[in-house]
Parts: sequence; structure tokens; C-alpha cells
Amino acid sequence: MRRETRFGSLEHYEKGGVEVINDDPRNYAFSNIFEVASKSEPYEKVAVGKNLKYVLEAIRAEGTSPWYAASHDEAAIVMDGEIEIRLVKLEDKLVAEDHEGTTMLEGNPKGKKMGYIVARRGHMALLPKGAAYQFHASKPGVILLQTIRGDLTAERWKDICQK
Amino acid sequence: MPQTNASNEYGYRSFSVGGFSFERDEYFAHIKWPGGSHTMPMDAFLRALMRDISWSFFYGIVNFDQVFGTTNHYGNVDVFAGLYNAGYRAQNKHHVENFKTEEVRAVFEAMLDDWTNEGFDPFAAPEETGTPFGPKRGGNRAAITRKRLVANRMTGMKGDIPLRTDAAGNPVNRQFADVSQDEPEVHAEPGFENEVHAFNFFGYVSRSDVTWNPSVCSAVKYSQVCATTEEFILPIIHGNDRVEWFVQLSDEIHWDIQDRESGAPRARVVMKPGDVAAMPADIRHQGYSPKRSMLLVWENNDATLPDLYAKKKLKPNPVDF
Ligand SMILES: [Fe+2]
Repeated sequence: MRRETRFGSLEHYEKGGVEVINDDPRNYAFSNIFEVASKSEPYEKVAVGKNLKYVLEAIRAEGTSPWYAASHDEAAIVMDGEIEIRLVKLEDKLVAEDHEGTTMLEGNPKGKKMGYIVARRGHMALLPKGAAYQFHASKPGVILLQTIRGDLTAERWKDICQK
Repeated sequence: MPQTNASNEYGYRSFSVGGFSFERDEYFAHIKWPGGSHTMPMDAFLRALMRDISWSFFYGIVNFDQVFGTTNHYGNVDVFAGLYNAGYRAQNKHHVENFKTEEVRAVFEAMLDDWTNEGFDPFAAPEETGTPFGPKRGGNRAAITRKRLVANRMTGMKGDIPLRTDAAGNPVNRQFADVSQDEPEVHAEPGFENEVHAFNFFGYVSRSDVTWNPSVCSAVKYSQVCATTEEFILPIIHGNDRVEWFVQLSDEIHWDIQDRESGAPRARVVMKPGDVAAMPADIRHQGYSPKRSMLLVWENNDATLPDLYAKKKLKPNPVDF
């Protein structure tokens, strides 16, 4: 018997939830990536997971993003849509080694072109330390970003989580 | 290693570590300790034992069921009976012994090797494998010595954990036949081939031949994105010693959440594609996946955390709102 594998998307997602027996649902910080992205501005970085300083951010990809960089690797998982990732090797160290999380760069970064990636649903891409990167999506898509809580991380648990 | 080399009437050896002894017959594992005994069906016992060994006792508590299990102290391990069971504790019927990790591992590995019959793969979903029951019948060493896959930076990078392919003997699982296997377009300029990297993560996961066995696919310092395919029941009840998070990538898993110490029910968590949920540091959980599903398990591998949670310097829930 062949069964259909179900994924979610901006267009179609169904939420589960916490059924309480003796608990507070807020302990589980239960949210849905597609629901969060469907209510976000383009390239807003909304934390959907937080483990002390580490975060998973749900990002609505739509149009062209600013350029970003970080002092550490970051990983992007495309959850919906098709996203182009442009990479430039930074000539100058624009982000201090001890500054964690994603930093937005002003204008276009100076440095050699490293290349680009076109990623679709289910693909994972490295956003390597020392590189500037920019996302482009001609139609709305969703990125799940593995990074560290930074200047751009939006935390609005009260709005996104089951209460 | 204290154990017998003689086989019993069913062809199986017996094992012991400290005061715990382990025997098997055609259907059951019989565990004894000073003052008590416990019986587990062999399929459940071997599946739990497999995870416990493969994960090197994992984060925190690996409950084989509501009675027997191990607690990882990273270098040494508690083997316990009834320690996290309110009924046993109330009557002071629990028993726990601490061992050097290597001592427990040696006994558990030898036991798994001797008790796993030909054709039974404790990592496989029940529908994909043979029976663990009956008298001793060969072995399955290839299945029980799989290496845990831990990417240093990201799966598929040069020098890191390799991608899965048909040619490498990793066919797409029967329940993921419809998962796209297309690769991302990666256009690297000369000199940047090792840094411009992307791969089909869902495709990689769809080719996993094991269930309930997270592999680290990308790392940001201590943050580890682990992927696993789930089908049927998580063979252990995992007691957290830190917060972990789940992101349901495909299909559906239902979790039973209980108090970590007593086993008292706290909640059920139903997760559908795109759902994200934390598992607090003071719970235990067991999952049920009706169809093979893809789960992202997100871990914080910082070795200082268990002590901070145990001393209540960190709250068990990850965020307040
Ligand atoms: Fe767990």
C-alpha cells in the first residue's frame, strides 16, 4: 500500500496542538511555521524555537532580502517555495567574532562572488561563516533558519503559541 | 565482564552488570535485581536496548518502559528499576546502581548481539522486519552496529557525513516513495566549491533505513539539527535532562507527555507538518507515528546544561510569555 507523504505549505497547513491533562500548554511553546510565516512581513525573523541562546527562526521569503552575515555558520531549510541564495565572501570582517546571530548589512557587500544556490522545499543550505548572503523569492516561500538569537530575532511567543 | 558463556535451553546467554541480571527466553527478557524482577517483551526490549547503545545512553533518561532504564551522567550511567515510577518509589521498591559507561555498554552490546536473531532489525519499523521471538537463530550484527551519524558542519559537505544515494545502498523508503529527490542548484564560483553547499534534506531523510534514531545534519556551535524518520512507537520513553524541540516536517506524530519523575500524565501533543513544540526539561515523552514521518529534533549539546537544570538554575520551560 502506497501512502501519501504530507507536507505543509503557506497555502495549506493544518495545526495539531497540546491536549492538556495536568499542565500548562505554554510549557510547549506550540506554534506552526507556516502560520507564523503567513502572518509575517517579508524577511521578518520570528523565533519559533529557542534553546537558551540558540533559535530556530521562521522567515517569510518574499522578494529580495537585505544582505546578511554572521560570525558563525547558519543553516537554512526551505519549507515552502523556491528561494535563491546569493553568497559573497566578505572582504572585511563586518561582524565581530563574539557577536552572535544574524546581522543586517548596509547596501551591497564588498567581496568576491562565491556563487548562488536555488533551493526548493526540503532543501537545506549552508550560510557559511565569513560570507554575506541574500535571499530572493519571486513567490512567497518559507525558510526555517538555524541560528543564534541576534539583533533581528523577533520574539512574539504570546502571538504565535497556543495558550 | 560478569556473564555466562553457556547458553540456556533456548540458545541464549545470560548477562549481568552489578546486581542486575538479564535472561531471555522465546518471548521475554527477564530482569532481576536484589529485591525485585521485571519482564519485558523481547521486541520492545531489543528496540529500546538498540537506541540506548546507539545513542551512548542519550540525553538524560532512557526508560525502556515504566520500570527499567538508564540515566546518563556522561561518563557514568545509572541502571535502574522503578526509580521513575511513583508506585515503586512510594513503597521504596526501586533499585539503582551506578556504573562506568564502558562497563554497561560492554554488557548491553554483548546482550544485544546475542539476543538479536537473524532477520530482526531493532531499528526497522515492525512492518519492515522479521520476528525477534523464538529460540536462537543466527544473528544480525550488521543491523545492530550501525554508526550514529553526526555532521560536523552540514551533511554532504566535503569531509563530513556523506549524502545517501541508491548507489551507496540507501534506497528511498517504501513510505516516502513520493518524496521529491531533486537536488538544489548549487553554482559555486571557482575556489568556493567547498563552502557553497546545499542538499536535499528531505530526500536525505526519506532514504533513512532506521526509525527513531536522530542523525545530526547541521550544527551551529552547540545547536544541532537532527533528522529522523519515525514509524510505529518510539521504543523508549525519553526523560529529558534539558529542553529539546521538535519540528514536524512531514505527516503526523502523537506524543504522550508524562512527569519525568513519577510518570504521571501531563499532556498529549499532536504534531502536524510545520508544527513546532518544545519538550520541557522536566518531562518524559513517547511518540506514536501512524505513517512513517519526518521529524526534526533540535538539541542543545552544551554539556553544562543537565547540571543547571538539575539544580534549578534554569527553568524547565524554554520561554515565558
Ligand atoms: Fe526526546
